Amino acid sequence: MLYDVLIIGGGIVGCAIARELTRYRLRVALCEKEREVGFGTTKANSGIIHGGHHAAPGTLKGRLEWAGNQRWDRLAAELGFGFRRVGELTVARSAAEFPTLDKLLHHATVKRIPGVERWEAERIRREEPALSPTVLAAVYAPTTGVVNPYEACYGLAESAVRNGLDLLTGFPVERLHQEDGLWVVLTPTVVLQARFVINAAGIDADRVAASALAGNFDIRPRKGEEYLLDKRLQGLVKRVIFPCPTAVSKGILVIPTFDGTIMVGPTAEEAGDRTDLTTSTPGARAVFDAVRDLVPGISEKDVIAQFAGLRAVATGEDFIIGPTSRRGFINAAGIQSPGLTAAPAIAELVVDVLRDEGLTLVERDDFMPALPRPVHFAALSTMEQIALSLRDPRYRRIVCRCEYVTEGEVLDAIARGAATLDGIKFRTRAGMGRCQGGFCTVRCMELLARSRGMDMASVTKRGRGSWLVYERNGGTLRSSDSAPEDEQERMGGEA
Amino acid sequence: MSVEEKHATDLITVGYLCIGCPLGCRLEVDADTITNAVVEVRGYSCRRGKDYAIQEHTAPMRLVTTTVAVDAGLWARLPVRSRTPVPKDKVKAICKHLRSIRVTAPVASGAIIWVDDREPGIEIVASRAMPAR
Amino acid sequence: MITAAPRHLRASYDVVIVGGGPAGLEAAVAARDNGAAHVLVVDRDQEAGGILLQCIHSGFGLHRFGEELTGPEYAQRVVASTLEHDIDVIADAYVLDIDERRRVKLMTTQAGVSLVEARAVVLAMGARERTRAAIRIPGTRPAGIFTAGLAQRLVNLYGLLPGRRAVILGSGDIGLIMARRLTLEGIEVAGVFEIMPYANGLNRNIVQCLHDFDIPLHLSTTVVEIRGQNRVEGVTVAPLDETLQPRLDRAWDIPCDTLLVSIGLIPENELSQQMRLRFDSATRGPVVSSAMECSRDGIFACGNVVHIHDLVDFVSAEAMVAGRSAGQYVAGTLPRPDNVQLQPGANVAYCVPHTISTEREHTVYLRARKPLDACTLQLTEPDGTPVYARKLRYVFPAEMVNLKLRPAILQNFHGSILRVNIVERATEGE
Repeated sequence: MLYDVLIIGGGIVGCAIARELTRYRLRVALCEKEREVGFGTTKANSGIIHGGHHAAPGTLKGRLEWAGNQRWDRLAAELGFGFRRVGELTVARSAAEFPTLDKLLHHATVKRIPGVERWEAERIRREEPALSPTVLAAVYAPTTGVVNPYEACYGLAESAVRNGLDLLTGFPVERLHQEDGLWVVLTPTVVLQARFVINAAGIDADRVAASALAGNFDIRPRKGEEYLLDKRLQGLVKRVIFPCPTAVSKGILVIPTFDGTIMVGPTAEEAGDRTDLTTSTPGARAVFDAVRDLVPGISEKDVIAQFAGLRAVATGEDFIIGPTSRRGFINAAGIQSPGLTAAPAIAELVVDVLRDEGLTLVERDDFMPALPRPVHFAALSTMEQIALSLRDPRYRRIVCRCEYVTEGEVLDAIARGAATLDGIKFRTRAGMGRCQGGFCTVRCMELLARSRGMDMASVTKRGRGSWLVYERNGGTLRSSDSAPEDEQERMGGEA
Repeated sequence: MSVEEKHATDLITVGYLCIGCPLGCRLEVDADTITNAVVEVRGYSCRRGKDYAIQEHTAPMRLVTTTVAVDAGLWARLPVRSRTPVPKDKVKAICKHLRSIRVTAPVASGAIIWVDDREPGIEIVASRAMPAR
Repeated sequence: MITAAPRHLRASYDVVIVGGGPAGLEAAVAARDNGAAHVLVVDRDQEAGGILLQCIHSGFGLHRFGEELTGPEYAQRVVASTLEHDIDVIADAYVLDIDERRRVKLMTTQAGVSLVEARAVVLAMGARERTRAAIRIPGTRPAGIFTAGLAQRLVNLYGLLPGRRAVILGSGDIGLIMARRLTLEGIEVAGVFEIMPYANGLNRNIVQCLHDFDIPLHLSTTVVEIRGQNRVEGVTVAPLDETLQPRLDRAWDIPCDTLLVSIGLIPENELSQQMRLRFDSATRGPVVSSAMECSRDGIFACGNVVHIHDLVDFVSAEAMVAGRSAGQYVAGTLPRPDNVQLQPGANVAYCVPHTISTEREHTVYLRARKPLDACTLQLTEPDGTPVYARKLRYVFPAEMVNLKLRPAILQNFHGSILRVNIVERATEGE
């Protein structure tokens, strides 16, 4: 199979690039090693669309942060995922931190970010009464928003597939090399060829680059632990709360997520290795010690879920986007914070790079920017719920009782690509609430098994190796450890 | 159960945890090593505790509860039980055997699922009605 | 099981009951017996009966039926009783909301979402399990971590086995029962770990679920780390010091592919919270009167949604009160309101109901904070003046204490607050 462009990595960056490229008359493929897109760094992202004033104007990060920020309203509208500009406060708790506030204000002025202003204590008390009384002043930015990062990623991937992307999930790239001016990309089961390769491989981007003999950077994964809190605390803060940032990190934040729950984190520590997704006692302590100083009403007792993600931090800390010493091999690497915010702008930049590198880009006149909006049953009015359930019997059964997710929403998620329990969870929230899947796990397994024509024992949490149960048939145990082919899928490639 | 010591008089002392109530009395039974007859019970604080110790030492019994496969039923498994308690040392073997049994819905509550031909008195019955799907 | 699926739902019912487990079904019968002509029970599962249907072991019903039944047998009897009482039971249905005027937003597979009027409501949604996050076990997030109840459902209803070698965290009865259940299904149970210095389950279950199968029980020990990228590959356990901090220097690793978490139940109150009922932070359920009435008129509650019971028999007893009260509410015969508030005092975690009447007889359920041998249950005035005392052989947090309060006991008490204490007998006079 010969492609014009092959993207390696189906995180938010790879998916944003894929969708941007499907605007043009090109054959584009995306290879993702996990069973579904967004299962790497993206799913553990904090979900903040940064206000634009954090990264310094002179850096690539700084430029793409603000450019990316401005794309999100339109993306959310087109792809139908949730996005809300809740605003943010970066708070100072001593006069020593005032220069940091001044710097943020200065960034905002230089980048012409509207509405960024300094708030004094009185205004802060009025607007965010749950904040610690030790907060003296803050910089307010109305431009900051929140999204569910995996929803955005799914939306981009689905839109790209509808517009002709060949999406391969469960296809880890083992090596790649150039042959007669073409890139030959090897996965365990198929060999792909492409004129251009985009390296959006996240924490493995240095290895992919090295395999292409274009490696001149290292990725040092930086782990972040996040703690999701009970719905009880909904509304405690209205805006994303930042402490004054330090050299390595933006600090421990209090985030009112798009779904209304509060999330706290992330930590920032060098990960032991590229698979280290562990949460830790010191991590939890660091998060809650820091958060108690910001919002005293938050405690460990309210945790309903904990997880960790790895930021792909490249040598030099900045993004690495552009052509390499190997013709046709283009990096979109080292995308750490504010990578989610910047992703739409990164995608546009990569398209520019491809044009500069000699790819002919002809816009298609049949590009479909919009996706059908998924039903969010719990958010409908009673009258809408009655009408929908009368029309469609799939909306007559609750699957997840913590988040009131209907069978119809789960079936829709499966139809749109959810192939695992986590895939259903991230798309519908089933299993994300208080009981963490205690009730809905079996129902989701049944629906997955039925829709995809497999047995219950073949359902996994998130792909290969993450089997959930065994079935006993006539006295012998049948393993659910599946063959690699069972954990692969190709979607699209027809438009 | 723990065997603590052998007496010169051919008595053996065995310890049991009383299950009568949360006090959880540590019961001690002195029994003849040859006949296994109970000579003395210590450590109980009520009559039920003493009776339990003797029963548990001489002929411990357990109710078997497990499931068997059911075809075309509302659920995939049918819960079953032994009609009466069975000797404790038979429980594992009975459950293992029941893993190979399949029935078809509908099944009536109390229906006999399996009778042990070799062991009179061991009878496994459905502990619920299973309607057909 | 045969359920009384009504051919047509009525537009209005005297009593709508949310939850078709033992609490809801028993309340339905009591409501019917006490003046409610039309009663609807809504259950979210594919048949009524509740969690009892997956509790295939025996030990239920000694108080209620005078014999020892398995869970399904108990459930079957209660379901049969609702059938005899001409009660509408709708399964595979869900109550989404109940508004101020007691209009029930109901979702059914037959009719979709509809609004049903209720003159009274009984909340009987039961409980959910505490999860790994509730105790923040560090480590990875692989497949293979199940709450004990989910594993029980998989094994007993679906015939799906959760793994080959399991570690169980928590020595409550569900954890112990699952240790035996997995063993009988051929799954190796490497051990049961309990954070407290005592087991939380019944001795009967310690003996018959662990000792019978040589499964080790480690007290004052907990899981401190979960390992495995995709599937659980092992856990690390460590003993705890007196302050409940793990002694990591004495930790050890256990290879396993499954971790069952059995660390307690929490009343399932999504709906009651939406309804903005008053809550008790100790029970995590709604505050109830002796009629099992919540802080809103005509809303009653019973069973595990109010507080976690250890015996279904007591759920039934409480449900009869709630159902009777709902029936009386509809008939306009609900007795006069309570005049005394119960206040948990020394070594008492909570009391249910939260208020009582000196004119009627009540059963008060309470739970001790810590185990005590030879102790006294005291009722006192807020200033400590004794009102009533009863000797107890022991108290144990996992075993609910039932206190029968008759008007005669309180005839010389004229206050409005009664404090409930459990004190050691030696300190009784102080």
